[in-house]
Amino acid sequence: MNANPVIRWESVSVTYHEAAKPTIENIDLEITEGELALVIGPTGSGKSTLLRTINGLVPHFTGGTLHGRVLVDGRDTATHPPRELADVVGYVAQDPRSGFVTDTVEEELAYTMESLGIAPDAMRRRVEETLDLLGLADLRSRPLGMLSGGQRQRVAIGSVLTATPRVLVLDEPTSALDPGAAEDVLATVQRLVHDLGITVVLAEHRLERVVEYADRVILMPGDGRSLIVGEPAEVMGAAPIAPPVVRLARIAGWSPVPLSVRDARRVAGDLRARLHAADTPPNPPEPLPPDADRTIDAPAACHAGDTVLATMRDVVVAHGSTIAVSGVSWQLHAHEVVALMGRNGAGKSTLLGALVGMHAASRGQVTVAGSDPRQLRGSQLVRTIGLVPQEFTDLLTRSTVAQECHDADRDAHAQPGTTAAILADLAPDIASDAHPRDLSEGQRLSLALAVVLSGRPPVICLDEPTRGLDYDTKERLISILRRIQTEGHVIVVATHDVELVAELATRVVILADGQIVADGPTTAVVVSSPLFAPQVAKVLSTPAAPARWLTPFAVAQALGDAS
Amino acid sequence: MTTTGTTTAVSPTAAPPRIERWVHPGAWWIWALGLAVAASRTTNPLLLGLIVAVAAYVVFARRPSAPWGRTFTAFLVLGAIIIAIRVVFQILLGVPVGSTVLFVLPTIDLPDAFAGVSVGGEVTGEEILAGAYDGMRLATILACVGAANSLASPARLLASVPGALYEAGVAVVIAVTFAPQLITDLRRVRAARRLRGRPVRGLRGIAGSALPVLEGALERSVHLAAAMDSRGYGRVADRTQRQRRLSAATLLGSLTLGLIGVYAMLDASAPMIVGAVLLVSGGTLAIIGVRIAGARSPRSRYRPDPWRLPEWVTASSGLAPAAAFIAASVLTIPGMSTPVDPAQWPQLPIIAVAGLAIALLPAWVTPQPPDRQPR
Repeated sequence: MNANPVIRWESVSVTYHEAAKPTIENIDLEITEGELALVIGPTGSGKSTLLRTINGLVPHFTGGTLHGRVLVDGRDTATHPPRELADVVGYVAQDPRSGFVTDTVEEELAYTMESLGIAPDAMRRRVEETLDLLGLADLRSRPLGMLSGGQRQRVAIGSVLTATPRVLVLDEPTSALDPGAAEDVLATVQRLVHDLGITVVLAEHRLERVVEYADRVILMPGDGRSLIVGEPAEVMGAAPIAPPVVRLARIAGWSPVPLSVRDARRVAGDLRARLHAADTPPNPPEPLPPDADRTIDAPAACHAGDTVLATMRDVVVAHGSTIAVSGVSWQLHAHEVVALMGRNGAGKSTLLGALVGMHAASRGQVTVAGSDPRQLRGSQLVRTIGLVPQEFTDLLTRSTVAQECHDADRDAHAQPGTTAAILADLAPDIASDAHPRDLSEGQRLSLALAVVLSGRPPVICLDEPTRGLDYDTKERLISILRRIQTEGHVIVVATHDVELVAELATRVVILADGQIVADGPTTAVVVSSPLFAPQVAKVLSTPAAPARWLTPFAVAQALGDAS
Repeated sequence: MTTTGTTTAVSPTAAPPRIERWVHPGAWWIWALGLAVAASRTTNPLLLGLIVAVAAYVVFARRPSAPWGRTFTAFLVLGAIIIAIRVVFQILLGVPVGSTVLFVLPTIDLPDAFAGVSVGGEVTGEEILAGAYDGMRLATILACVGAANSLASPARLLASVPGALYEAGVAVVIAVTFAPQLITDLRRVRAARRLRGRPVRGLRGIAGSALPVLEGALERSVHLAAAMDSRGYGRVADRTQRQRRLSAATLLGSLTLGLIGVYAMLDASAPMIVGAVLLVSGGTLAIIGVRIAGARSPRSRYRPDPWRLPEWVTASSGLAPAAAFIAASVLTIPGMSTPVDPAQWPQLPIIAVAGLAIALLPAWVTPQPPDRQPR
């Protein structure tokens, strides 16, 4: 491509120990100075492996065999272990928390420089510069444990940046963040690329967040097929995985494909007109409230008549002296899919915890299917309410999938084979003698969900289920949850994923500081919010007429009906 | 936290504002260990109580608001538990002293293998008193360690460790910080077990939770190791074969000399001076060895804590009570140990109290810790 490659892969293949086939195969690729390269692809296609070859973690740290050659700034990673590349490559892993070494922000920023033996006065200066560059100056003496998700990610980036690397490698930097914090982090990354000329290689599942910032997209299709590399618009036009705005472009026939909401809005006038002409919204028309700030006193009317499965009345939950949930009252009805949204730390997980009886309410009353969930034990609990926690691997305790299913049947007093049957439905290709830890993220989630569903609880909660899931697995999860919904369960999903909410939820509840600030039908709550609106709604809304279409599918349907 | 209030209260002479900075952690540790040495030389409950009071006063005046700043109270609680355990053991297993029999426990006859151990029997007031004094001494030593721990973070102490020992030190600090994380993990795993309808309490609950928690810890340490490796941890400067051999030889030699020296010191038949000479030369050799080995690590330090006047005052004010207590007990000044048979009201030896008063100095002469209150 260009004369000036910072990273060069020369016919690189990586095979891990005891793996039947290489994880990545025959990669020839160059990344040039000052580029922001986005690596995309389904889970298991080797994104993390590719990223880790850049600083030599593969194979020096992970083991396995690397054929071919990786050159970073002229250094061969075969002869340079990660520590000898620390001054050239800054690598931030998926969960920055697991990589923190020191106590406070300032010390963490200095740590890499200390390892490199940089002179004290230079260190002092660079720490100050980095604090300003990443907007961390107010947090300099804050203990690392007290940072929010977005701050944590920025500290992790800063801590490798102080070594003035030429390349920054970020593995899924925004997948655990709420939309606001994700925008913060991405803005920071973009600033580094523009102002400092740092080369950034970034892997991410949440394409809708990052693709507009990328200079080049590297698509890893998996299964040994070769890479597709090119300009974002060009790659996204044909990629099997695409953010909603790109799928909308395909439906509307826009070319070149717009990658950001802004670009799409500029060409969307025609589509808007066609849609308004058709004007048959996909969902049964719901009266849009004059303002979206519905209060708990006026619950959404759409689920009147359905059976109430769970009730919270004025519930307060405190962790020590901090109040995580303060005075929440709500009802959950059969056939509902409720999305619980709000920034990190707004109390979403705690609210779910109170619903399943994990946290005691210090005031108020929780009732699930007629009983207090804290009193429930054993199979009674399993048959009343289920929760797939954020760390869903915690639910899995046995060493094979078959044993796990067997145990789940026993725990729920279900017919032998129930869980296995559910699992076969969710993820047909799981080997029953596989170890749960060896499964892919999506398969493991399916197993955890099957375990929870074995008791057929009327109330099913999921905490951040789409973190780290690719589009395919997410589609499958959505169709499974829709089916469960039609069987008369209520599903509560705590999530940051606005696109998931647009596809799935019938009702959205937004939390802030432990209180419900909005509660109503998805369309009504989501469209008017700058942070929680899905891309399609952002493209199609005008100040005069808020859009009623939230997903590309809905748009396609509306257009289909019209023609 | 409460620190600002205390300072304004104790320093009425409004001197020019002092720059806030961390006191060298080594100074705090020397100060605390001096108090601990003093505690080890007495069973006088009044003196022990005074030592804890001095430590507590300085801790509350100068501790930072970071999480480790709050550990002092935990050490006090632990000390109280130790006193209780010590007294219970004394009641069950102790040999009766004195004549004030309080009550009689049924005796248990043990097999011959345990000859010399008696369980139960007469329990005297003197015996309980002796046990309590002994427990208090242990608890006081523990409180001194707790004071050092809350005044100086383990990680900051690490920053002052010589380069050669740095890598071993990191392992220790990480092990220390992993403990609280394990508790969080355990909570999460137990919640997950409950969700699956499994018992969380009792033997089965513990057995079922242990494995996932350990797995999680292992996974996390692998992540941390990868992160540290990518951030340059363990870089080695070029070094010749000769240098490597030299550092190994000096360290081995110092260890040998040190061991023989300790033996000579403890063996009454060997002249004291031989032992002392061996120990000192072993120590010198160790310092040289560590220096040579440290040269291979290219690390530098970010804002190392300086060693200035406050550090000198802090360290020596901790050594003062140690010296006073040792002197007092060598001179057999009455009141250093409190007789229990017959029980007496403890005295207050002036020399010991004076030594302790000096240890209060750091509460005024050291700068405030610089951490601002988060949020």
